[in-house]
Amino acid sequence: MATTTQRPAAAPPSTRDLLTRPDRRRHLTDRAMQGVVTLAFLLALVPLISLVWTVVANGIERLSPYFFVVSMRGVFGGMDAGGIYHAIVGTLMVTGFATLISVPIGLLTAIYLVEYGRGSLARAVTFFVDVMTGIPSIVAGLFAYALFAVFFGPGVRFGVVGAVALSVLMIPVVVRSSEEMLRLVPNELREAAYALGVPKWLTILKVVLRTAAAGIVTGVMLAIARVIGETAPLLITLGVIDSINYNLFEGRMMTLPVYVFRQYSQGLVPCSPDQLDCIATINYDRAWAAALVLIGIVLLLNLLARLVARYFAPARGH
Amino acid sequence: MAQRIDVTDLNVYYGSFLAVADVSMMIEPRSVTALIGPSGCGKSTFLRTLNRMHEVIPGARVEGKVTMDGVDLYDQAVDPVAVRRQIGMVFQRPNPFPTMSIAENVLAGVRLNNRRISKSDAADLVERSLHGANLWKEVKDRLDRPGSSLSGGQQQRLCIARAIAVRPQILLMDEPASALDPISTLAIEDLIHELKNDYTIVIVTHNMQQAARVSDRTAFFNVSATGEPGRLVEMDDTRTMFSTPSVQATEDYISGRFG
Amino acid sequence: MTHPDREPSVSSIPDAPTPTPEPPPVSTQGTRPAKDRAGRAFAGLSTGAGALILLVLAAVAGFLLLEAWPAIQAPAEELAKISWIPDDGSLARYVGPLVFGTLLGAVLALLLAVPVALGIALFISHYAPRRLASALGYVVDLLAAIPSVIYGLWGGLWLAPRVQPLWDWLGANLGFIPLFEGPAATPPRVMMTVGVVLAVMILPIITAVSREVFLQTPRLHEEAALALGATRWEMVRMAVLPFGRSGVISASMLGLGRALGETMAVLMILSPGLTYSFALLAAGRHQTIAANIALQFPEASPLGVSALIATGLALFVITLLVNMAARWVVARRADFSGAN
Repeated sequence: MATTTQRPAAAPPSTRDLLTRPDRRRHLTDRAMQGVVTLAFLLALVPLISLVWTVVANGIERLSPYFFVVSMRGVFGGMDAGGIYHAIVGTLMVTGFATLISVPIGLLTAIYLVEYGRGSLARAVTFFVDVMTGIPSIVAGLFAYALFAVFFGPGVRFGVVGAVALSVLMIPVVVRSSEEMLRLVPNELREAAYALGVPKWLTILKVVLRTAAAGIVTGVMLAIARVIGETAPLLITLGVIDSINYNLFEGRMMTLPVYVFRQYSQGLVPCSPDQLDCIATINYDRAWAAALVLIGIVLLLNLLARLVARYFAPARGH
Repeated sequence: MAQRIDVTDLNVYYGSFLAVADVSMMIEPRSVTALIGPSGCGKSTFLRTLNRMHEVIPGARVEGKVTMDGVDLYDQAVDPVAVRRQIGMVFQRPNPFPTMSIAENVLAGVRLNNRRISKSDAADLVERSLHGANLWKEVKDRLDRPGSSLSGGQQQRLCIARAIAVRPQILLMDEPASALDPISTLAIEDLIHELKNDYTIVIVTHNMQQAARVSDRTAFFNVSATGEPGRLVEMDDTRTMFSTPSVQATEDYISGRFG
Repeated sequence: MTHPDREPSVSSIPDAPTPTPEPPPVSTQGTRPAKDRAGRAFAGLSTGAGALILLVLAAVAGFLLLEAWPAIQAPAEELAKISWIPDDGSLARYVGPLVFGTLLGAVLALLLAVPVALGIALFISHYAPRRLASALGYVVDLLAAIPSVIYGLWGGLWLAPRVQPLWDWLGANLGFIPLFEGPAATPPRVMMTVGVVLAVMILPIITAVSREVFLQTPRLHEEAALALGATRWEMVRMAVLPFGRSGVISASMLGLGRALGETMAVLMILSPGLTYSFALLAAGRHQTIAANIALQFPEASPLGVSALIATGLALFVITLLVNMAARWVVARRADFSGAN
């Protein structure tokens, strides 16, 4: 063997060799794993990008002021008509009512856990809030249905039932996020208030809650963003309807996610060739457009929540 | 085995902040070099540049040269992983891997290079390394217990055993006894005395007596004000440094007037 | 505790009236009895809200049981009248394939999602440039924000036609494995497609929890590995993965819980059937509890609704067990880290 090294083969490797020749196998493994890990991340971007792009590309076409201001009343077959007004009304009312139920309960529970909770009740509440986080949304829907069916008989479907179903999903989220925010309030602030002789409940209201306000608002907004896209529980508690219903206490209501599902499940329209005003894909088109609106609302809520968190985060006003 | 290190005109930056400026020193093979100085003088930062561990912190970089046996550690062709394989490090707080047994901890570094080490070789190496770290007698009956079951001083000696198991050229120690009780500290100092027969040792310490007890040469680092870079004030034989230092600041620090 | 002596009594016994020797100079000074009542009311209100949570959960179980009861104790001949219940009128024989389908889909999703989620979590915690890391984490979290009905829409209309060739290939070339028994159905309204969509949906939760655990790896252990001459990947294997193992397990269980209860994506993609089949590429073989409820509920008779609620109860119990197991793993881990 013709070696170009100046040393005999048996000599120990020089310091330069030791420092410059990494073990090839280990080096390659390291590189390969870096590639694998990066690839995993890029892989996750595929569904995200394709989903957002598909929804935007397919939905933008039908999106017009008209689409927002009409319902589906009297729309059938492949008619080039119909909109989401009734679904938006339903979504706003049902989600709003759910928020009205969830925020006080959730926030008070968080206050209990952070400020008052001791012993077995607090431990039980913490544990079962975690368990509640895992309730499947369809089960929440069944629960709300079962609850109202006991009092109103079978086949009960109106806005409040759906709002109760959403509340079951929303409460644990509000508790978790508010609890986290309340725990971030430094104890020194509480002690400073106590030292001034302010009673505990006023301290909580005026000092603790005010300090944590931005965080709590952020949490509530994220919770709304989470439940506003819920479909399954509303499908079984609100049913489907084509016209506008402003009454939470009576009659079926449409919501945006259920609207998307409804349009999707109606599928392609069989148009005969002589029908000029018939659009075969009209249902899918409306589904995509409504999905775009829904995604827009959800992302907007997320964005606003982050903005609130960022700009109002440092405690103000005391 | 043991190599010498030459440092020339070394500057260490964190981002744009100059943390250590203008250090040149020579570290003798088979000797103990102590780095002393007040907190924030950059002695630990400097120590970490000797095996490129400072690169773990984002934004950290160096200018200048650190050579081992004539090879610049910061040369393009040099692999930082290989550098750390040759220049071992023991940290301020003992850090055995909590999920590994005592024996596995000792073998952790060796297994990286040699996955298929035979059982008997592995057992030999464990015994030899633990002997080398003066820990064998205490743990020989419980080698399969978790490393975290040992006392703090024993854990630190386990970490030393782990570091010497890969047979490095140089051993860096970053305040290895500062988290330990006096008796464990003595055990570590005795160990350092024995290890210098085989290794070049650089030790950062806060403890003046410790520097005087264990080291052959001592380097004094100082910082003039916060925000200013740390600098090497002087370096000499330990005996000279502690009896007749040539710089007033050194004498002030050693005699406990500040720091 | 640095505050004055009287404070602990206030904080530990919320109901106790504040034994203030001299009334403090605050604006509410003149209305002490009212103040005490307010304090007590506030404490009672928040405690009540906490207790309400327990009540709600008990009510969920209670009302489901109440409404499911008619179907559970109905005679077989009554149940057999419902079109979608087997002819022998056995509720158990109806629920069986549904439970099987639910577990099959969720486990498939988990197997697909966990490796990718670990990769993403490691990428964000240990590979990506630090400045980018939190932004990248946010991007992955966005996947969790997208409503499930949109996943269904996307899965049914966009993904399904695109995975068809892949499934065809699997069926043709790996068909000897029972899981990929061919030929693949056209259109691919099959469990495999559902599994992919469910995997995407549970990716964010698994990623988020794993990422947090990986980020908590003690620096000491990472540096110990690096100082021994470990490469980055070796450092991850020596220090990060062992430390994060239980966190990853509980993250996976949380993901499993999500996948078990997911309704819309399954409903909108899967062509349903009630069999015990492992053929992931065949249509009309599987159905999940959640999707089945959503499918049958609108048209069901009162007894049918009751039967569906019984299946919902089964789903509730399954997810409850999975989630409790996940929490238990987390709690056990907390105990361990506290002991060290």
